Amino acid sequence: MKKLLLGAVIGALIAAIGLYVYQRVGGSAAPTGPVETAESSLTAASKGKIDAGASLRTVKMAGSILTVKDGESIQAAVSKAKPGDTIQVMPGLYKETVYIDKDNIAIVGVIDKGAWPVMDGERKLNDAILYSGSGIRIENMKIVHYKGNAIMGQAGNNFVIRYNWIVDTGVYGIFPQFGKNGLVEYNVISGIEDAAIYIGMCDNIQVSNNEVFASVAGIEIENTRHAIVENNLVYDNAGGILTFITPGLPIKTTFDVIIRDNFVVNNNHKNFGAPGSIVSGVPSGTGIIVMAADDVRIEDNIIRGNKNAGIIVADHKSFANITIDPEADPNPDRVSILRNFFANNGYEPIDDVKALMALNLTKQGPDALAIGGGTGSCISNHGSVKTLNMGSWADCGNATSRDVGSLLLPKPVPARVMGAMEQHELGPRLYSGICAGCHAYNARMIGPPTQIIQAMYADNPQGIADYIANPVKKRDDFPAMPSQGHLNEAQRLAVAKYMLEVKQ
Amino acid sequence: MHNQYTGKASLQNAGVGGPRSGLPAYRDGFTPQVIDLGRYLFFDPLLSKNGKLACASCHQPDKGFSDGLPRSLGADGRPLPRNAPSLWNAGLQHRLFWDGRASTLEQQMLGPLYDPKEMANTPANLRNSLNASPEYRRLFGLAFPSAGKEIRLDQVYTALAAFQSTLISLNSRYDLYAGGFHDALSAREIEGMNVFRSFVARCAECHTPPLFSNQQIAVIGMPQAKGLAFDAGAQSVSGEASQRGGFKVPSLRNIVKTAPYSHSGHYTNLHETVEFYTLGRGHAVPKNEKLTLHWHIWEPKLSPNEINRLVDFLGALTDESFKPSVPRRVPSGLKPMPLPGSGNLSKPLTKETP
Repeated sequence: MKKLLLGAVIGALIAAIGLYVYQRVGGSAAPTGPVETAESSLTAASKGKIDAGASLRTVKMAGSILTVKDGESIQAAVSKAKPGDTIQVMPGLYKETVYIDKDNIAIVGVIDKGAWPVMDGERKLNDAILYSGSGIRIENMKIVHYKGNAIMGQAGNNFVIRYNWIVDTGVYGIFPQFGKNGLVEYNVISGIEDAAIYIGMCDNIQVSNNEVFASVAGIEIENTRHAIVENNLVYDNAGGILTFITPGLPIKTTFDVIIRDNFVVNNNHKNFGAPGSIVSGVPSGTGIIVMAADDVRIEDNIIRGNKNAGIIVADHKSFANITIDPEADPNPDRVSILRNFFANNGYEPIDDVKALMALNLTKQGPDALAIGGGTGSCISNHGSVKTLNMGSWADCGNATSRDVGSLLLPKPVPARVMGAMEQHELGPRLYSGICAGCHAYNARMIGPPTQIIQAMYADNPQGIADYIANPVKKRDDFPAMPSQGHLNEAQRLAVAKYMLEVKQ
Repeated sequence: MHNQYTGKASLQNAGVGGPRSGLPAYRDGFTPQVIDLGRYLFFDPLLSKNGKLACASCHQPDKGFSDGLPRSLGADGRPLPRNAPSLWNAGLQHRLFWDGRASTLEQQMLGPLYDPKEMANTPANLRNSLNASPEYRRLFGLAFPSAGKEIRLDQVYTALAAFQSTLISLNSRYDLYAGGFHDALSAREIEGMNVFRSFVARCAECHTPPLFSNQQIAVIGMPQAKGLAFDAGAQSVSGEASQRGGFKVPSLRNIVKTAPYSHSGHYTNLHETVEFYTLGRGHAVPKNEKLTLHWHIWEPKLSPNEINRLVDFLGALTDESFKPSVPRRVPSGLKPMPLPGSGNLSKPLTKETP
């Protein structure tokens, strides 16, 4: 017992020192916790909500810290950064598009007594942050007035996007696409003309503790499997939380989605979606829409004041603006509407819903309605919910989603390495891809012929490898060679050896 | 097949994603003898009824395996309804033809071989003419040593599929960038790449790496061929009204080589083609047609600079290192297609046997 108490005292002491350091550094600069990567925090998060919270607050990358100050370029730091590095962005104004085509990079804003690092697209720039690397973490950034997205991921796995403040950034706020294992939490997003948070074609996702409002859609889970949307505040959008199979995409399914503990309130904003966009077909005043998605569990949400309907479960044919895809199942199957709080939904339904009400001989607008095909769905406490067209739905019995803590992966998705390329292919590929752009075998191009280089460096590939890392201007009648220092030692040597072997 | 994408994962194994995603399933594992036989067949006009058209007449190596024409010319010399699709990376595609009606190369080739307006052959005539050639009998014997002496049509289809599966283009300067050599692209090309994948231009949403096609059907409302009835595209295959005017998303690999562009060959250059996307949603849809246009067709308001940078970036998708040579002779003794002048003189893919 004594030992344990002592442990607690030391723990408190360490916490106090930590707090001191934290305050000295100012704001949220790189915390002093154990060295962790985005991936390890995801692993922790996958064990359950409580672990996730604790571990995520001490996340730190293993590499060095590059600091970007007001007036400097975040992209310049990204270009310099190596995997594992953290880019620390100081308060200031940054008008740029940042793209991250490497793995394990963190962009972490420093908020100093309420002063944020702000990325401003001035309604001229397309996207604020594009990433294709895995293990990307983006936090504490304020992002405003872009035309495309604030943060867009393109097939990056193991991502963490949190504590960002996003206002009016065009089509989407946060949009990871083709990613596996990702966490989107504690972001505040508004003024988005499609979805504030759009999870498109992803697997193993957690979207929690975000505030999304004044957008066409709050949170959208599309063509995605194994996702939890929980503890989000979703209000004043045209539609609150959407989970869709959108037809015509290369990945055709949405299933295993849990929507729980969210506040889905007063989503009655005018739909200002772009003409022709699928989201422009979302009727204003809808809390949750399930379109064609399977195995969706909706539990313990507060669903209140959504004027068209609290929940709509629909198939493709019942939805506007949709091109049918023969390869996508159009019907929502096995949807469970478990216990939720419903009040004051459906007080001003759209004409299609009114027609459905007339058909069902009711004047009550719906808390929940189903339209079109689909099988195996159920609802709890059916007697307490104003439902429409759900006569055939079974009772859910004791079903719950509480058996699932998280759908993140227990271990990060492994890195996609270049490993499959065999060593003997490296030289030829680099030569034809880089060197041959300027050096022909026996003719003058931008650089001297390869034949001449072979004569100069016979049996000395290391000489070439060294030279191309730091070339100097050698010949009056040729331009200086650009550095190939981006290639590592082994790559330079491989290409040098191949250059000496080339015969035509 | 080995390249930087081999063995990499992609979400749900769909073969789409970003610069580091893996490829879709691909055709591989053919013997050199079968591939080389396929090459002779591909360039040999013996495969057409009138002995004047080979596969290579409309799919010319020097023209990105298209033919430089808005619409290809059929057996009677008159334009066919659509532009000849490129064959680069055909072995990685699971939807073939502009309307996506074939899912394998073997299925696809039956179209041009036996369509009365295209090569206009018949299965019986093709089988007979090949069996009448001692040289082909010898080559089929080498390619299919355990088969009988008669040449069979399924062997013809296998050999043509084998040859087409070698037309791999995955080592462009873009691919070097994707592999981590960021200096492989110029500043302008990187700017173009970021417009390409931005959610304003949205090119990458359908022309998705690594193939630069998501292989889906999309209704985008590009201009129709003049003087022809409206081309219903995928609707004619699926019967779905909402797929009216829908076509397969073409790959953009080696795109600078394959002008003119679109299913009707309406656009003579890439600049015009890219500009289509910013001239207004549905601006080229005939007045009497009501199409369910794709949601990514919108009003991106691309600047002239952005259009230019996009064209720059498309130029970085060129890799013809596996471009095969046109054989000097083909086993039938006919003149190999395409006729000299548009052929190419690079080194042969495999050693010439005849």
